[in-house]
Amino acid sequence: MSNIHPYVGRATSRVDGPLKVSGLAQYAAEFGAPDLAYAAAVPSAIAKGRVTSLDVSAARAAPGVIDVLSHENKLAFPEDDEPFKNDMVAVPGSPFRPFRDDQVHYSGQAIALVVADTHENARHAATLVRATYAAETPNVDVASAANHYEPPEPRDGIPPTPEPRGDAAGAFAAAPVQVTADYRVVAEHHNPMELQATTVVWEGDGRLLIHNKTQGVVNPKNYICSVFGLDEDKVRLVSPFVGGAFGMALRPHYDVFLAVMASLKLQRSIRLVLTRGQMFTMGWRPDCLQTVSFGADAGGRLTSIQHHAIQATSRYEDYQEPIVNWSGFLYDCDNVALKYELGKVDTPTPSDMRAPGATTGVFALECAMDELAYAAKVDPVELRLMNYSDRDKNDDKPFSSKELREAYRLGAERFGWSKRSPEPRSMREGRELIGYGMATGCWEAMTMPHKARATLTADGKLEVGCATADIGTGTYTILAQIAADALGLDIAEVTSRVGDTSLPMAPVEGGSWAAASAGSAVKSACETLKDELLKRARGIDGSPLANAGLDHVVFGNGRIALASDPAKAVSFADVLKGAGLDKLEADGGFEPDKDFAQTYAGYTHAACFVEVRVDEDLGVVRLARVVSAVAAGKILNPLTARSQILGGVVMGCGMALHEETLWDKTLGRVMNANLGEYHVPAHADIPDIDVVFVDEEDGSNPLGVKGLGEIGIVGTAAAVANAIFHATGKRVRELPITIDKLL
Amino acid sequence: MMNFSYTRAETVAEAIAAVAGDPAARFIAGGTNLVDLMKYDVMKPERLVDITRLPLREIEATDAGGLRIGALVPNSDLAYDARVQRDYPLLASAILAGASAQLRNAATTGGNLLQRTRCYYFYDVATPCNKREPGSGCAAKTGVNRVNAILGTSEACIATHPSDMCVALAALEATVHVEGPNGPRVLPFAEFHRLPGDAPQHDNTLAHGEMVVAVELPAPRFGRNHTYLKLRDRLSYAFALVSVAAALEMDGEGIAEARIALGGVAHKPWRVPDGEAVLKGKPATPDSFGAAADVILAGAKGYGGNDFKIELARRAIVRALAQAAAGEPQVQSDKTVN
Amino acid sequence: MEIDRLTAAGPTAVSIALKVNGVERRLEVPPSVTLLDLLRERLDLTGSKKGCDQGQCGACTVLVNGRRVNACLQLAVMNDGAEITTIEGVGQPGALHPLQEAFIAHDAFQCGYCTPGQICSAIGMMNEGHAKTEAEIRELMSGNLCRCGAYGNIVDAIEDVMGRSAFKEAAE
Repeated sequence: MSNIHPYVGRATSRVDGPLKVSGLAQYAAEFGAPDLAYAAAVPSAIAKGRVTSLDVSAARAAPGVIDVLSHENKLAFPEDDEPFKNDMVAVPGSPFRPFRDDQVHYSGQAIALVVADTHENARHAATLVRATYAAETPNVDVASAANHYEPPEPRDGIPPTPEPRGDAAGAFAAAPVQVTADYRVVAEHHNPMELQATTVVWEGDGRLLIHNKTQGVVNPKNYICSVFGLDEDKVRLVSPFVGGAFGMALRPHYDVFLAVMASLKLQRSIRLVLTRGQMFTMGWRPDCLQTVSFGADAGGRLTSIQHHAIQATSRYEDYQEPIVNWSGFLYDCDNVALKYELGKVDTPTPSDMRAPGATTGVFALECAMDELAYAAKVDPVELRLMNYSDRDKNDDKPFSSKELREAYRLGAERFGWSKRSPEPRSMREGRELIGYGMATGCWEAMTMPHKARATLTADGKLEVGCATADIGTGTYTILAQIAADALGLDIAEVTSRVGDTSLPMAPVEGGSWAAASAGSAVKSACETLKDELLKRARGIDGSPLANAGLDHVVFGNGRIALASDPAKAVSFADVLKGAGLDKLEADGGFEPDKDFAQTYAGYTHAACFVEVRVDEDLGVVRLARVVSAVAAGKILNPLTARSQILGGVVMGCGMALHEETLWDKTLGRVMNANLGEYHVPAHADIPDIDVVFVDEEDGSNPLGVKGLGEIGIVGTAAAVANAIFHATGKRVRELPITIDKLL
Repeated sequence: MMNFSYTRAETVAEAIAAVAGDPAARFIAGGTNLVDLMKYDVMKPERLVDITRLPLREIEATDAGGLRIGALVPNSDLAYDARVQRDYPLLASAILAGASAQLRNAATTGGNLLQRTRCYYFYDVATPCNKREPGSGCAAKTGVNRVNAILGTSEACIATHPSDMCVALAALEATVHVEGPNGPRVLPFAEFHRLPGDAPQHDNTLAHGEMVVAVELPAPRFGRNHTYLKLRDRLSYAFALVSVAAALEMDGEGIAEARIALGGVAHKPWRVPDGEAVLKGKPATPDSFGAAADVILAGAKGYGGNDFKIELARRAIVRALAQAAAGEPQVQSDKTVN
Repeated sequence: MEIDRLTAAGPTAVSIALKVNGVERRLEVPPSVTLLDLLRERLDLTGSKKGCDQGQCGACTVLVNGRRVNACLQLAVMNDGAEITTIEGVGQPGALHPLQEAFIAHDAFQCGYCTPGQICSAIGMMNEGHAKTEAEIRELMSGNLCRCGAYGNIVDAIEDVMGRSAFKEAAE
């Protein structure tokens, strides 16, 4: 075996790196087609009501215009909901359908689509579409929603709100230490750098090749075939690169729907790229009002936890997240009451955004824990250790693994937590108040059924494929690492492919399940391939491996060799030649271990430590450093794994300090629908971030992987808010913590 | 964005004639704001007259000992010009506090003066805005007005001027050289921009067809005691909530002369000579600075979301004056406010 | 010399000459075509990215006559006679620019969408010569947003190429 193995567990540069740094990686809007026409969506000017007239005559007459589509001349599609629910991430309710009728459900809803010969002519003609409306008064504020209600139909795929246990109210009333506080997490938008886009290549004979920004090509394919009644054999989605998504590209959006409609109607290739402003006319992290109440004994031991959340959803669907569930198992407490409600607003349906539910709920939980630490006069880390839970009491199960204690210890040590003086406003340098804050993060370790294929060719190269997506997480690389290890190949001999519906089935990429699931599926395909190779190697005349089983051989350097006598070997090339094959294919798959999941609760955990500096007079907050200690099972690739945590932490810093979608409450319109005024962190905002991975053994899947896409963000905003309290003595419970809130 | 026709001007006179004779024509230079506004359909010129080939790219010494900056000098070239760095560090600092390096490379001196407000409603053609569409109303007054003005507002408009560079130019009492169909004229900086009043569609006092050809700086002063302090919602690449250009001439421990201009708070860079006069002959103490701030901010009015700017501006003035008096100007890459 | 004829109905196209990544091109371009859309839609150079189309993200950063600018806010016709360098001209697999190599080594990207702009911007910054400290790099790179949060790794990659010793001296 050469010394390059194993790749798994070792820092390995991204296999798609050279393409990405040279501009050759192709994203959805970057595929060409003969005779490509360009579409531009026309947004509604009102948030609620009806389009009473639509004058497209000037647009139609404009240079280069091919057609203008709207509800008045759409290509027919089914009236009922069911075809539109062919969406793996659908939520209860009636899915939105562009151009269904004259109704406007939210501001910026596409009311027309201009198709022209060039991007410029489509953009020009779009300005000429004239609409009149019968407007109604919108409500975009969850606090002002007519009523708040517990969702009658729970969303598939997320845990239900746990039943109450013990007597939370009674225990709270009796508790010597009580903390009750209201928190608000405001609306955010994902704002990946890539614009939502679709290129539909009309291949003739009703065949469509679709390039769509998506977190899973299978989902928009199923949806498109379902809503337009297309033959699945005639539609292929290919989206090899995704310019960030963070949850916003889980569900099919109106770009793919309208682009396909235009392509079918005009029998022509179409490109539709939404504008940055239109990126605010789809899924978002809904604002959420929360109340957390803790009762504790005099030493800070929790005796009661109550957590109530009210979250925004659209008029037409009941989007839901697990907001309060985390409060039921993160700390050990026998009296727990959790409640989750929705309020309707006139906006698009919210969508999952990085660690949906946890990001919002754990913010409130972990700020409240900080408040309890001061109320009980206990160090915040000590408080968490004192209330540490070794069992998931929501489901009454042990954890499959939980090295959170070690994460606290390592994180605190790296950060220098012991240098913290407990009192607020007690640390300063010059005009800056210094604050140390920390918080816990957690996220569910999930897996999903995946299939994969491994193909060995006569030149000794291996290709592995799965229809999952790599939205920047590093999936290409870890699949190549896993496959290279399995066959004993140099990683340069391995090509991994994702983002193509011609590859074996995968669900959407999200929830941090891709590495464990797609990785296990690829591993399984490679195991099958090895088995098939060995079978054929044994069958070769005079094979030195004639009686060898898989346990007796070693795969490496393009050969199968006897472990006991490596000189006795058959090369992969000879196996294929002997079998008369130019390639050998093997399929594999992964199914979540249901028994394991019934026995154990699987979660990732993190401990986030933050130092802030706050100008005492001006309220300017400066992040000085962050340490994030993460327990997430096996780390396949420390290089890309670290990047995932960095990304989560940075987004958490944005949530804490900058990000807020600002709606005009009268107009129901997002007023900062751009990257100049919706502030995501910039280079200058982000300090050194130290990521520590804690060793953790987990048996929930063959790789021992728990997933990293979400855990980095969970708890980060709370750690920042807690640090700001420590620095200033000001407890800001509504995000983002902008300068005005600290004056 | 609407399509348009394009003319490339070879001389200033040709450019002026091309725009003056066509109400739907506009000059374009760096384009960093105009092209953006055209993409939002906020501005819909039918013809653009490209003035980037005009000979307005020099920074020249004037007989008065100052500098004459051609209107097409890019913001970055101006900020890093050795004479500006040495003699007008306040101006250099203000420029570097604004936008991004890429935008500063493209944006011009004249264009910086002409950039339009970042009021959210001005940018959204689906909303009422008197500046964009006179008579349609002002949705910002009762809407999302966190970024809007607290000084010099009118019933019609509460927009701010977004420039950083102009705040320094106001403090330095630059002059603006303009040429137009009726010949050249020179305006004091304070008379270039205007308050919204009942005609907020006009950001400045230029007539259609008039072009900024140069900005002139008087002989250098305030070389030691100055600062540009910018406070914003993100530590870089964001418009000012409040910014302060402060320049002092010290006389021992006391202040001989003060210049204070504010950005992010009004329809133009905000200067109040009476507020500056308060500091004359006073010691450089927080009390003196606060007294000046009180005069400068007299009459400030919030609209809900921007109420905080009044207190923030007061504190920013006090801090900026302290920085200036100490001869410790804010370094734009250092995110600790000194 | 490569000759492209681009036709579109609408306002009269303007004849311009551009040198893109070393290749001279004569083009007929309608006035409203931005440099970014010219590169992406008409010259098949999709390495320059459209992230906002408003000068607010930096993903479209290219070098025009060696200076970094946002291609989305440049009208192509106004760049007549200019030399344009896009990421495709910076380096290609097999012959990558040291900064491209450093981006891979430091994992200075995830989704890769802001990456061409970050690299072009960093090259522009090095040409400008005003970044001497890590804080200055962060400030002068702030016109390039990265939603994946690779900022620290990007700064590391840039410092790596600029020479770490120079920064250590500056810090001391």
